[in-house]
Amino acid sequence: MQNSNSGCSSSQIIPSEMLTDEDIDFRQYLSSAEITAIEHDVAVMGNSEAAGIEALKVVQEHRGWISDDSLLAIAQCLNISSAQLEGVATFYNLIYRQQVGHYVIHLCDSISCHLTGYEDILHTIKAHLGIGYGQTTTDGEFTLLSNACLGNCDKSPAMMINKKHYHSLTAESVIAIINGLKQNVEQEL
Amino acid sequence: MTDNHWLEAALAQALTKPLTHLVNLEQPLDFNSYVHAGGYMGATKALREFTPKEVLALVSDSGLKGRGGAGFPTGMKWSCVPALQEKPPAHVNTEQGNSYLICNGDEMEPGTFKDRYLLEGVPHQLIEAMIIASYTISANKAFIFLRGEYHVAAQRLQQAIDEAYENNWLGAKVQGTDYQLDLYLHTSAGRYICGEETALINALEGKRAIPRAKPPFPQVSGLFGKPTVVNNVETLSNLPHILKHGSEWFKALSPHSDPGTKIYAACGQVKNPGLWELPMGVTIRELLYDHAGGMQDGLQLKGLLPGGASTDFLTAEHLDTPMDFDSIAKAGSRLGTGGLIVLGDQHCPVAMVLNLLSFFAQESCGWCTPCRDGTAWAVEILTRIEAGSGTDADLSQLDELCDFMWLGKTHCALAPGAVEPLKSAMRYFKTDFEQHIEQGCCSYKKVAQNQLGASYE
Ligand SMILES: Cc1cc2nc3c(=O)[nH]c(=O)nc-3n(C[C@H](O)[C@H](O)[C@H](O)COP(=O)(O)O)c2cc1C
Ligand code: SF4
Ligand code: FES
Repeated sequence: MQNSNSGCSSSQIIPSEMLTDEDIDFRQYLSSAEITAIEHDVAVMGNSEAAGIEALKVVQEHRGWISDDSLLAIAQCLNISSAQLEGVATFYNLIYRQQVGHYVIHLCDSISCHLTGYEDILHTIKAHLGIGYGQTTTDGEFTLLSNACLGNCDKSPAMMINKKHYHSLTAESVIAIINGLKQNVEQEL
Repeated sequence: MTDNHWLEAALAQALTKPLTHLVNLEQPLDFNSYVHAGGYMGATKALREFTPKEVLALVSDSGLKGRGGAGFPTGMKWSCVPALQEKPPAHVNTEQGNSYLICNGDEMEPGTFKDRYLLEGVPHQLIEAMIIASYTISANKAFIFLRGEYHVAAQRLQQAIDEAYENNWLGAKVQGTDYQLDLYLHTSAGRYICGEETALINALEGKRAIPRAKPPFPQVSGLFGKPTVVNNVETLSNLPHILKHGSEWFKALSPHSDPGTKIYAACGQVKNPGLWELPMGVTIRELLYDHAGGMQDGLQLKGLLPGGASTDFLTAEHLDTPMDFDSIAKAGSRLGTGGLIVLGDQHCPVAMVLNLLSFFAQESCGWCTPCRDGTAWAVEILTRIEAGSGTDADLSQLDELCDFMWLGKTHCALAPGAVEPLKSAMRYFKTDFEQHIEQGCCSYKKVAQNQLGASYE
């Protein structure tokens, strides 16, 4: 589709002569891998605005979360207003607008998990890691968030950590899972 | 290579469990194995032997109704696409290929996990189905809108899409015909409201997922202002089989007025939670006792939601109701997504409703006041009642809220969906609500404490 704002490479969207001295070119902040992925989605949707959510996901995939700088860079790259993109970024719960830990625990708090005792799992995680919902451990390893039904209701209680789903949780199994992840991190270091 | 025994057993069920007979959650069939198992025959038939209007007539005749929750007849939905009408409205551009198909794979209704089973277990079936539907509505671009948490499904779908491209089932000149179709997977960034079809379209356009006003309906003006059909994963998955075996076969699958099979489910306080593809219209009793193994040990049935979080409670008196759209409606609820959420007699129904309303309050998109404020107020009041500090005035206020959030007073169906379990719970479990207020506590928690012999926190 021929669309003047359907590209994303750093020279295409805002001609640099239009930038004043005070303007910071945030686009430089994005890596070429990120830009390529964003451009791909602009091409698929045939429209740069429609690529906004995907662009946020791409950058979050690379950086873990969406900082203000990332947000401005994406908005400039797509040539949409940063306020509009912020409105989008804050709407969707899987876009993190604050720094999160290495592992993000999404604990399902919906109905089947409620009926099968997710509250016990929540208490266990809180006690084991010393954090509540929305908080990150001081070592930056774990963030705890709630999540609506994860589609694992036949094996509830359930949770998702990064991209992996865990189900049929018990107080013991959840501690074992978390400790296993902790060891992974230690081995990586 | 697929294990031959597995395939033989699967194929033996092809005519009775069309949707799930090829499901393999460990390792779904790849393109060649799917074709070997009879896959892409429905799409071949559609493209080679039928005009789009003939496919439409077949699907209309089959009586297939949407499995996304509302039960709208699929053929009727498609026939609203202007290009398919004899005389489209003058302002509508009916150029071929000027429409979109979107598969709704958002599945965020609490207690619902049937689409996931199809997405992870037999991804090629959905792609074949989308080819048939896209061809029928003259769409050259189709999207699968998948919830962000379904990572396994995303990976398997993308692989199946790639294989379909490699084998000329997608792309230019599909199977040597003049038909072109591009299919894309879009993974969502969260929020239940994205499942509402017009909010979904806004999400796909990169906007906040706020529902749009209807009319115009998406079939006339949807994605980027073009005619757009949004169908649920399970609805679409029926198409290859209707093409292959015909509409009479489809109707004969069920002895009830609603044709076909349905993927039923049960979760909550039952012995064997799970999913079963059964003829449309099995009774709640059969589902709960024969398939889900009955209540967990020591529990009696207190109540159940028959089709996801946004349906009205039913109780033991409704056990012999057939699980089809009309019968469940007559019993005072909705078939919804067809998954039972089962409550036993030792868990507090007020706590259950509080959990449900907390979900709706959190997921309200905030666009209209009755829902944004109403769901939050309901949570506050229910919290108070559950904690033992509720008053009689709270009950009448809840009644009023149910009225404020009912159909026609809100911008979309999320708020009425929240009212359904709340209002029905206040009717069936009235004494529980009243006891909380009279006794100033939740008696279920007391029982739990006594049983544990320790304080509960
Ligand atoms: C708040 C809300 C959430 C919904 N979520 C879903 C969903 O996750 N999946 C789905 O297929 N339909 C969902 N629907 C229904 C869709 O709006 C739409 O009716 C459906 O996708 C149409 O498909 P069908 O005709 O094949 O049933 C939802 C509706 C509402 C009001
Ligand atoms: S009813 Fe709720 S979810 Fe629907 S538009 Fe209004 S605020 Fe949004
Ligand atoms: S309610 Fe927790 S996974 Fe569905």
